[in-house]
Amino acid sequence: MSLVTVERIKLFSTRSPWWCMVLALVLADGFVTLGFIFAPDDTVWRPADAVSTYQFGLMVMMVMATLAVTTEYRFGTIRTSFLSVPKRIPILLSKALVAATLSAVVGLVAAFGALGLGTVLVSDADLALTTGAEWRAVLGVALVYFLAALIAIAIGTLIRQSAGAIAVVICWPLLIEGIGQTIPKVGDFLADWGPFNRASWFILGNQGTTDGTADASDAVMSPTWSLIYFAAWAIGLLVISLVVAKKRDA
Amino acid sequence: MIEATGLTKRYGSTVAVDNLSFEVKPGKVTGFLGPNGAGKSTTMRMILGLDTPTSGDVRIDGQHYRDLKQPLSKVGALLDAKWVHPNRSARAHLAWMAASNKLPKGRVDEVLDAVGLTAVAGKRAGAYSLGMSQRLGIAGALLGDPEILLFDEPVNGLDPEGIVWIRKFMHRLADEGRTVFVSSHLLSEMALTAEELVVIGRGRLISQTSTKNFVNNASGSSIKVRSPQLDQLQSVLQQGNLMTRIEDVEDEGKVLFVDGEVTTDAIGETAAAQGIVLHELTLQRGSLEAAFMQMTGDSVQYHAHDTQQAPPVPAVELVVAAEEKN
Repeated sequence: MSLVTVERIKLFSTRSPWWCMVLALVLADGFVTLGFIFAPDDTVWRPADAVSTYQFGLMVMMVMATLAVTTEYRFGTIRTSFLSVPKRIPILLSKALVAATLSAVVGLVAAFGALGLGTVLVSDADLALTTGAEWRAVLGVALVYFLAALIAIAIGTLIRQSAGAIAVVICWPLLIEGIGQTIPKVGDFLADWGPFNRASWFILGNQGTTDGTADASDAVMSPTWSLIYFAAWAIGLLVISLVVAKKRDA
Repeated sequence: MIEATGLTKRYGSTVAVDNLSFEVKPGKVTGFLGPNGAGKSTTMRMILGLDTPTSGDVRIDGQHYRDLKQPLSKVGALLDAKWVHPNRSARAHLAWMAASNKLPKGRVDEVLDAVGLTAVAGKRAGAYSLGMSQRLGIAGALLGDPEILLFDEPVNGLDPEGIVWIRKFMHRLADEGRTVFVSSHLLSEMALTAEELVVIGRGRLISQTSTKNFVNNASGSSIKVRSPQLDQLQSVLQQGNLMTRIEDVEDEGKVLFVDGEVTTDAIGETAAAQGIVLHELTLQRGSLEAAFMQMTGDSVQYHAHDTQQAPPVPAVELVVAAEEKN
């Protein structure tokens, strides 16, 4: 528990996490607000539609999590960390936990914020949470923010260098799994098996919408299995990064 | 007590530390001396479990650093004063370190006070001068009130005031009965600070001895005598089987030098017994730097004019040459 305190002190004693949190909320809720305002009047808004811009904030929180590790390498404080906790894994795990929890909180606030904004801005929006699928869409954002931050921490720990790690963290979901889908055959595979595409299906899939909210289909995995698949990626990468960090010279 | 046995660290084909064995005795300041690139920092990092030795072993009171439960209470280290997040305050930096080893919060203010940083504790560490960063680093090392302290080149780049402060601080730590292991590439600095010396060059142990011994052995000494009865004194000393030479020294005229194992006391007594008047009787030491260079000369890794390599041909010229062929 004291190591969680350590990482909490570290995170909140610099300003960048605060800026990242604000930016994540502004981006995630800002874009959907544009939708609320400018979409045609007959647009149907459901909870999954309101949270559909979650990826904008997710990118920012992943960058924050990445920086939480790479700045330690950049400024050498990782060595002080390892001198304080020479077994290394407990302190890195605490860092992952703190960053991921913060990310999840931001995700949760962003999701409920989007619902609130929608209710205020669109008079006939049906944003009440009634079905399990609707609850999944909203609470799922927090879960995905949590797991994505773990992935970011793992990548930061493996690459140790801010520019490189952030490039991977941004290119993977947006370019490889996003634009990569336009490549024939490979694109289909990425849509089906890309972890971030599965995460997206977990949040947005099977909501009964007909306007193609998600590009991965239920044929591969149900939303629940999609979450498990995404979590397996996150935990797998985290375990690899911890083992590597323990063995490598700091 | 720090004990290294057969400590070796290889990076690819480069051997940074080569079969190094030494011990740092408790309750003393031990200097870790060697030219730049000799492997001092690498050795310190291996002591502290940051780097894993390729082979060999180093233990602190019989334990590996990685197995220490609350390491900051056992070993305090300052390897690099710049290892601080520039946007974090000194107090926050020490606060997380204290929390990591379950040290009471009050310790942070105590060590800030001990190094004289209380007034600037809330300021971002990035704005600190090197001297202040160094003090913060020492505060961090002292946080757990450890019995063993490691400092890597603590006076590097400091102004004279900072150097004196660090020197005094280290003596104080040793007076408190702590074990201090401090590296430097300056023998003159070590001669003032350290009681014991571990000297390395190119990753190998050159000597482990007391500073006094090292200095005496390393720098040849001679005794300088001025006297109006030089010739008489010389013949008396030569009868006692002493190596003497008379030289003409500028501004001083003829001067007698006595080399070898002899004390000024003995020469003074001999002269008095013969009723010889002495104008000057001084023990002269070779410079410590010269002695150090002599000891480690073969083991400096990067000589200024080491090899007679041909200068590399600039790439542009190669391209031009290739084009001319076509």
